[in-house]
Amino acid sequence: MIRLLHAAPPTLLALWLVLPVSLAAQDTLRPPDGVRVGIEYRPGFRPAVVVLPTRGLDSIRAIITRDLDFSDRFEVVGLAAGDTAASAVNVGGRTLNYALFRTLGAEFAVELVADGVATVIRLHDITAGIPRREARFTFPPPFDQGFRMAVHRAADDLVRWITGTPGYAASQVLFLVERRLYRIDSDGEGLAQVSAAGEDVLSPVWSPDGSQIAYTRFGDGGGPIVVRTLATGQTTAVPGTTSALNITPAFAPDGRILAFARSDEDGTDIYTVDIAQQCCLQRLTVGRYSDNLSPTFAPNGRRLAFVSSRAGQPQIYGMAADGTDQELLAPFDFGVTGSSNAPEWSPDGASVVFHRDVSRAPQVFVLDVATRRVRQLTSSGRNEDPTWAPDGRHVAFVSDRSGRRQLWVIDTITGRIRQFQLPGQTRLPAWSRRLAGSAPGTH
Amino acid sequence: MRIPLRWTLAVAATLVAACGSKQQPEAPAPQPAAAPTPTAEPAPSRPAPTPTPAQPDRTAEDAAAAAARVTAAVLRELGQMVHFDFDRADLRAEDRALLDRVTAILRTNTGLQLRISGHADDRGSDEYNLALGNRRAGAVKTYLGNQGIAGSRLAVVSYGEERPLQTGQDEASWAANRRAEFEVTGGGTNLRMP
Repeated sequence: MIRLLHAAPPTLLALWLVLPVSLAAQDTLRPPDGVRVGIEYRPGFRPAVVVLPTRGLDSIRAIITRDLDFSDRFEVVGLAAGDTAASAVNVGGRTLNYALFRTLGAEFAVELVADGVATVIRLHDITAGIPRREARFTFPPPFDQGFRMAVHRAADDLVRWITGTPGYAASQVLFLVERRLYRIDSDGEGLAQVSAAGEDVLSPVWSPDGSQIAYTRFGDGGGPIVVRTLATGQTTAVPGTTSALNITPAFAPDGRILAFARSDEDGTDIYTVDIAQQCCLQRLTVGRYSDNLSPTFAPNGRRLAFVSSRAGQPQIYGMAADGTDQELLAPFDFGVTGSSNAPEWSPDGASVVFHRDVSRAPQVFVLDVATRRVRQLTSSGRNEDPTWAPDGRHVAFVSDRSGRRQLWVIDTITGRIRQFQLPGQTRLPAWSRRLAGSAPGTH
Repeated sequence: MRIPLRWTLAVAATLVAACGSKQQPEAPAPQPAAAPTPTAEPAPSRPAPTPTPAQPDRTAEDAAAAAARVTAAVLRELGQMVHFDFDRADLRAEDRALLDRVTAILRTNTGLQLRISGHADDRGSDEYNLALGNRRAGAVKTYLGNQGIAGSRLAVVSYGEERPLQTGQDEASWAANRRAEFEVTGGGTNLRMP
């Protein structure tokens, strides 16, 4: 997907020759010196942004710079900490040498100013030649558990200031290595094990507010679904799941209802239960000769997408949240189209991402719900179990393209991809929504 | 307490001096030396039984050894697996003979209880494969139930793709992993051959 553009526009090329690439944190995407990494598919204009260095705020600058880059909304201009251009512009407080940055091709500059224990983040509009917006942030000290997530939230605000919608940096991804549950920050930092020692986990998901997770505690062939409150580590078994094998939980957007699939001698079917009141188990599907599983709520809570093998092989269907009005959601050609699995409804409600076998290898697809058209996002290796980032634009999935099953992130707009560097063979990722506070509770 | 069949077999095999080859889960079981010729037709995949001369005049110890030999032979028959096509849970015609043989064993040994575990290859989502394994185990239970075996003697469980026999990414490995296994959960001692 990514190719090296040697024939960059003259101004940009000049910029990159003048300013050595210095995004040290950008390990996996660092291009060779003097070469610009571009994307084949660029439907939209991406403004160039520079984050100015400030003495003492290097770690904050590094995190914000990488978050802006990973948002895939901007061309992030590299600037060395000791660059003369920086010292030339970062004097005099509220005004920059806008003319110089215009020459360098930047549309926006982000200035970080230490102000006592607080940090002021100021966004400059280079084109207009004015400071556009600023806010004071009080970050926990570096190495504090909440520091990185607090800076990620500031970076998400910056993305919102420029584009109108926030970034996805303040979020985490749950995933499994074998049957152990881990989580990692959206930028690949902060890897931590979540499951207790000896606990076998399947089907992890986040609650909408990020304060809880649910998963299958996989026992000897059976297993309940448990809800864990991250702040306390307390787990409770979900009513109706304490017998047989219960898998693929999904929180409704209000966080009060949990949908899941129950696998017993009658087959596998989807149920909902009120976890707020611990009551009211309701069966949504009746598949005597088919399996129904992997429910996922639309963000309005009124409809569910799910997997059903009612046509012989698993495909993606939809239904109302009470189980009525069931319909095929992702079109397929009987006997031609491969099996389809693992749907997840996008945070903006417009799309459902899933994987579908193509020539015996699963590939990630996006369904546009309004038009029912599907688009294939991946083609290299086996790519499965996609999960939406909170921006409704990026998708994490498991791919073996590097030889091991690893987590990758793709920007569904530009096709740009990056990899989480993780140990072992990973599977079943689940991306949180934007997280409000720090998230303790690891083991 | 549930004892995996393979372990039970390993213990039983030590009692059987005549049995030299170790049981491989994916290979068809050789017919036991002490087994009388079954009335039902053996499965085509299995070699014909080789009867040995009867040894009627022995001590009690020898009688116990003979009984253990028969029990091991029955357990070995139950160590055979039912296999499935990709994404399917319906029984193949060639596995009917095995299932009829298991039915006969259950009829002869009325205290015997089994757990049927269903498995899938690693194509499809991890979770769909759990549903598929459950359906495969259920298909075996339904068949045995239609032969008159009480459902209370048969538990089903699914491991999906969690317990592969072979880890290769090729059709042979996938085919070996698409299976249902029998596991003795009760009444597994002093078994009689039907």
